[in-house]
Amino acid sequence: MRRISYVQAINEALHQIIEKDDRVFLIGQGVTSPWYVGTTTVGLIERFGPDRIIDTPVSENGVTGVAVGSALAGMHPILVHPRMDFMYYAMDQIANHAANWYYMFGGQLSVPITIWGIINRGGEQAAQHSQALQSMFTHIPGLKVVMPSTPYDAKGLLITSIEDGNPVVYIDDRWLYKLVGEVPEEIYSVPIGKGIVRRKGKDVTIAAISYLVHEAMKAAENLNEEGTDVEIVDLLSLKPLDKSLLLESVKKTGRLVIVDGGWKTCGMAAEISAMVTESIFEYLQAPILRVSLPDTPAPASSALEKVYYPTAEDIVLNVKKTVGFNR
Amino acid sequence: MTENISPDIFLKMYKTMIKLRKFEESLIEPLINKEIVCPVHLYIGQEAVATGVCMNLRAEDWTFSTHRSHGHYIAKGGDIKTLMAELYGKVTGCSKGRGGSMHLASAVVGLPGSSAIVAGTIPLAVGAALAFSMQKKDAVSVAFFGDGAACEGTFYEALNFAGLKKMPVIFVCENNLYSTHMPISSCLADVNIYKKADIFNMPGIRVNGNDVIEVFKVAKKAIEDARNGKGPTLIECMTYRWRGHVGPSYDLDKGLRSKEELEYWMNRCPIKTFEEFLFKHGILSKKEKIQIYENIKSEIEEALTFAKESPYPDPNENESFSPFKT
Repeated sequence: MRRISYVQAINEALHQIIEKDDRVFLIGQGVTSPWYVGTTTVGLIERFGPDRIIDTPVSENGVTGVAVGSALAGMHPILVHPRMDFMYYAMDQIANHAANWYYMFGGQLSVPITIWGIINRGGEQAAQHSQALQSMFTHIPGLKVVMPSTPYDAKGLLITSIEDGNPVVYIDDRWLYKLVGEVPEEIYSVPIGKGIVRRKGKDVTIAAISYLVHEAMKAAENLNEEGTDVEIVDLLSLKPLDKSLLLESVKKTGRLVIVDGGWKTCGMAAEISAMVTESIFEYLQAPILRVSLPDTPAPASSALEKVYYPTAEDIVLNVKKTVGFNR
Repeated sequence: MTENISPDIFLKMYKTMIKLRKFEESLIEPLINKEIVCPVHLYIGQEAVATGVCMNLRAEDWTFSTHRSHGHYIAKGGDIKTLMAELYGKVTGCSKGRGGSMHLASAVVGLPGSSAIVAGTIPLAVGAALAFSMQKKDAVSVAFFGDGAACEGTFYEALNFAGLKKMPVIFVCENNLYSTHMPISSCLADVNIYKKADIFNMPGIRVNGNDVIEVFKVAKKAIEDARNGKGPTLIECMTYRWRGHVGPSYDLDKGLRSKEELEYWMNRCPIKTFEEFLFKHGILSKKEKIQIYENIKSEIEEALTFAKESPYPDPNENESFSPFKT
């Protein structure tokens, strides 16, 4: 199959879905800029014009509300926030309005919007240009949250998010943009709410999300050499979560390490840990361990960044800890 | 004198205003008795605003509303039986008992919903207007909001975007002089809200919000302009809520406002003024007035019976009522 990069996969999905569906348009900061959103939007303004590729002022909450209002009126907007950090400004329209609307009015109108938030960190960008806020959105009833880890899923989940009748928070990570993988040329869907087993193994399960799936794969190779056989579940969707896929894996291995790029306290890893404990406590042979960010803001200095972000090495240490645990 | 407005429109507006007033008055006893439990923000005193604006709208035009939403709901043509049932928390309510007084919608008559977050629906109205433009419809969208909304950043962001893109949207500020307990003069550095339109390159007009004819005329022009691609207008309607911020109390015992101030505004009752005008011009007779009141009274009684006799939502079904459309 043809191989393209993650960023090209997003760009292709945008071109194809905007061409295919009159209801779809792209709105947000920097969508006509050559650098603001990586190269995800290359060629869109030339092809579709300013009516459907709407670059906006820095009014995150207002513009999010505009996109939500257009969705109520039958459009399927793709709203991009080129840095997730700025989405705090838009929390009111996302959490109070988009997420509640369907329930709050007894199911009269839904909000078919894709809220695309980009994680953009590293390079000494510090605390306000580095955040991964997936757990914030996953906490809120009425939002679906997806985090594709491969070019194939980046394209397929973007298409599915846009076609879904509900608010979907689609979170990608610029550390993935250069990753190359197989991507079909045609439009296709990757279902929301389904994870995938990236590596089969029998000793321990790693549940990983987004960029860290690849660190987990590296860790698994290292561990394999030492005789530990790791199974990797890539969750892909944080809400709805593919509980059965994960539970089946943990039932088999009895051990779980959760790897998430958000903060530890009240993070995705905490939620998944609680869910697994509540569901299949009797299968667990060791405490569930979490690999995530420490509870501090992101630093600037490279010396600090190196220890701040989890790597394959941290995953290996935690897997060894759980494997070494005996009741 | 009647400014090219047909007697038919005058009578429709009169009936709407009586319906708003009588509906709100019918809630006072159930609120005191705690038959209605959800927070209710009464519209009494502000009837001319919703009436004068909505009389110019079609079903395909959308109005977005606020926590004080009954007036907009009724004036836009929402059914009062399902409204009453919603206030009673019943499953037959317009929002199936999931919304309460602050969250009313009736999509079929162009009421996509109301938000309890101050200024929250202003950008939504701009977004609906954007959708109408993209869909090549000549529909317009209206955002109703209070004076307090002019203290929120979202108000400025939304007006800027609408002015920038010349969206078919009308911003209707109902300035009732109070942002909950605070006089708006203690909230805004400049209380001339209509003047804020200047910086967004759109017309801003202040009207007597207790004069339904004036509201009607100004809204008509703004709506026509929006429909014809001339962009948005900000209309500031000066009015007054007779009751407190929330609930049936007049709030005179709380030291928030004076009896004199309330009486000043009650003497400028939008219904009384309009009624005198209609009598004077022979548009309404005493006999017709009695008939209108009787019809509305029985309509409201019917709504009350419907609400009281309707079942509550099944508690076992709440979790199955997904926040997601399937």
